[in-house]
Amino acid sequence: MLVEGIKSRPVYRGLTIQPRARRHIFALEGEGAHALLDRKTELDETARSRSEILYLGRGSQGKGHDEALRKLGADMFFTAPTIATLLFRLKGTLATAHMGTRLYIAGTEGFIGQAMIVALDNGMDHASIITEHRGSLARRVQCVHCKGITEDVTHSPFACSHCSLPLLVRDHYSRRLGAFQGVNVDAEEPGSAPDPEELFL
Amino acid sequence: MAIAFKQETFRDDFSYRNSPENIRRFPFPFDRDEYMYSVNMEPHVKGQKGTVFESLIDVDEHYIAEMHDRALVLKEDPLRYQALPHMMTAQWDTLELLMEEQAAGYPEHFTLIRNGDQWRWINRPLGIDDTFTFGDRATLPYEPLEYITRQAQGDFCIVDQRDGNLWMDAGMVTTQADWSLDFDIGMNFMEWHGPVPLAHQMGVFERALKFLLNLQQGKPTRRFNWTMTINPRLDTSPENYPKWGPDRATVTPENVGDKVHLRVEVQTLWRLPRSNAILFVIRCYLMNMNELVTVPKWARRFPRVLRTLPPELIDYKGLTRYRETTMDWLSKYDDGAPTSPGTFPD
Amino acid sequence: MSGGTEIPVRVTKVTMVADRIKRFRFERLDGRPMPYFSGGAHVIVSMNDNGHVRRNAYSLMSPPYDCSAYEISVLHVEDSRGGSSFMHEKVREGDEMRVSHPVNLFHPDWRGRKHLLIAGGIGITPFIAMMEQFSREGAHFELHYAIRTRDRGAYCEDLVASYGPHRVKIYCDAENNRIPVARLVDGQPLGTHLYVCGPTGMIDGVLKAGLEAGWPQQNLHCERFLSTPPGKPFTVKLTRTGKTIHVGHHESMLEAIEAAGVDAPYLCRGGACGQCETRVTACEGKLLHNDIYLSDEEKAAGQKVMLCVSRFEGAALHLDL
Repeated sequence: MLVEGIKSRPVYRGLTIQPRARRHIFALEGEGAHALLDRKTELDETARSRSEILYLGRGSQGKGHDEALRKLGADMFFTAPTIATLLFRLKGTLATAHMGTRLYIAGTEGFIGQAMIVALDNGMDHASIITEHRGSLARRVQCVHCKGITEDVTHSPFACSHCSLPLLVRDHYSRRLGAFQGVNVDAEEPGSAPDPEELFL
Repeated sequence: MAIAFKQETFRDDFSYRNSPENIRRFPFPFDRDEYMYSVNMEPHVKGQKGTVFESLIDVDEHYIAEMHDRALVLKEDPLRYQALPHMMTAQWDTLELLMEEQAAGYPEHFTLIRNGDQWRWINRPLGIDDTFTFGDRATLPYEPLEYITRQAQGDFCIVDQRDGNLWMDAGMVTTQADWSLDFDIGMNFMEWHGPVPLAHQMGVFERALKFLLNLQQGKPTRRFNWTMTINPRLDTSPENYPKWGPDRATVTPENVGDKVHLRVEVQTLWRLPRSNAILFVIRCYLMNMNELVTVPKWARRFPRVLRTLPPELIDYKGLTRYRETTMDWLSKYDDGAPTSPGTFPD
Repeated sequence: MSGGTEIPVRVTKVTMVADRIKRFRFERLDGRPMPYFSGGAHVIVSMNDNGHVRRNAYSLMSPPYDCSAYEISVLHVEDSRGGSSFMHEKVREGDEMRVSHPVNLFHPDWRGRKHLLIAGGIGITPFIAMMEQFSREGAHFELHYAIRTRDRGAYCEDLVASYGPHRVKIYCDAENNRIPVARLVDGQPLGTHLYVCGPTGMIDGVLKAGLEAGWPQQNLHCERFLSTPPGKPFTVKLTRTGKTIHVGHHESMLEAIEAAGVDAPYLCRGGACGQCETRVTACEGKLLHNDIYLSDEEKAAGQKVMLCVSRFEGAALHLDL
């Protein structure tokens, strides 16, 4: 379960299929594939014919869902080798999309954040995007000092992968960056950083 | 009367000081001897001469030095100024408001001449005399918000109103108490206040949001906020925390008077006409403890307030390392006598 | 004044623009410029009808960057409580009146990639100012405007002339032309925002068509101007001021309270903004909530009421005023 009560963190409400949508775009990362597979009964013939599934196999439980997803019989199905290639494809799809297109994102929080940025850049309102968190609780963190982003952070404090400062992961999330905030933990007394704790697994 | 602008620094040798006249006009925020959290909004109307409310946009003796410090911050980190693309109309609204108010409050220092869309802006303290076309950003050296906030004291955020919420979609933030515009831009009212302790549970932000959504044109409002800063440093950003964080460990009983500063924010909120956005001005005032105790009422009251702060706020405001030392030092100046109501000096 | 500072103005021009529609131009008595405003904003016009003060909201339709005057258009509604009749029958050029500062509860979403405007009848007025602003800012927009008959449709020719027939489309009921709403909402580019203003039935229909075409509600906007529906007279007791107020058949609670000299808060006077929310301290009977501000739960709880549009039936109502 994700920690509750972080006001700036989005609430991931779960993949509810919007029956009236003219087009459904599913961006699924790793275990996010289950979010759609668990609801396949909600996908009727019409919805399948209007669906486009973009999938990235990733993580211990998140690989090898290609066949199951393909069998759903969506209008379009695409397997991406990396997050970057999936996002590039998503950009292309949204660039020519119409109102009535609904976007569903499922996977780790870092992936949801990055796919959300693509959607915002294409004029979608964040509240209209349907999301579900699946898989690891690892966080995507931006170092507030050097602005570098470190993926899959499981410990706090951790060393920034760009500037090496020991960072405390603050419970403060930026939708625009798709990341939590990392702040130097021992700035007031350099060298006094506490031992890292595994907090987000 | 012309203001005597000071030459001083907010970094390195920290030569910033308040003149005796400026101390008396300091916006001391505590109206009683204990700490109370409240929404504390009041109409932003002109106050008496000799207070910071003499004009609706206050310019004081630190103007030139503060503008110089802002320019230094921006040279190191241009991301302190950002505006999302849909905020251009609100940027022009803000430029108009700040030019009009500065020119109205300080005609000897600022002049605005409007001739239709052709405007001429004269800023004598900074030696600026520019003619531009209102609404045409190509006629200014910067985007309108950046242009005017390089010439106005305080931090500035413009919040867009939509879907029953307020969205922080533009800002110039170089004198902030530990929050990052680059991180918070695009957030709504509840989100950017996320890290503030206690107030959410008290329903403070819900009430404040409801109030602000109906903020009316021509009826600005204001509230106080405060914290403390070691050394007169305007730029206490999270970005530069490794630079100013160590200062907090340097407070000793001998240097409290010089080093420890009360940092007061006078926040004013203005409904902007053409964009229907809200301008949030966060004006920071700094005063060290030596200066504070020259006003006996404040010298008695401030340690009493510090003593009654809830632990969550001591932590959030970052006072943990030096609150005790500061209270001890201040207690010399508190003879236990009662204080008069209100915030102004006796 | 709880509704904000009022601006004393003179009616400098009254123009009959279509059957039953008059345009009024207001200029400040003190000769100073009017405040700028944003497209979609309205003002509250105070009408002094022989000592009885009536206040109605009207959308501003003059260009938002023109501060020489404000202009509104008023449709004469026969069975109204009298505001539009007063404007049509009593107000003459040269009269002095008061208007509020502008308030905008129908602002465009400036992030929109495209703005799709749908107007019915007098609902055109907020869009006239909005289009001026869109056009000046270079925003992409399209207007679809439904009128009953050619002689009752205001500003049709002017708008087509200003923005071109590719951006302004007129649909005349009498000529069997209807706005093809279902087709319109299908196929708009991602990031389009839709705005509708007109009769209640039209607003409901357009919003429904949008949702049925899969639009998220975040991209659908409307302005409903509610007026206080007439109803049975009732009495309300104000606990703080100790006054007992009689609310007449054609009067709103807010108007009756103001007439008794009590300064009550308000902004839109149309049940939308929440400013006149007042705490109910006792209620023996039924509150008739006519606003669109309170949630259904809040309405059922009966602890708050909007003075501007809501009414009461029963034995006793006490308000914290």
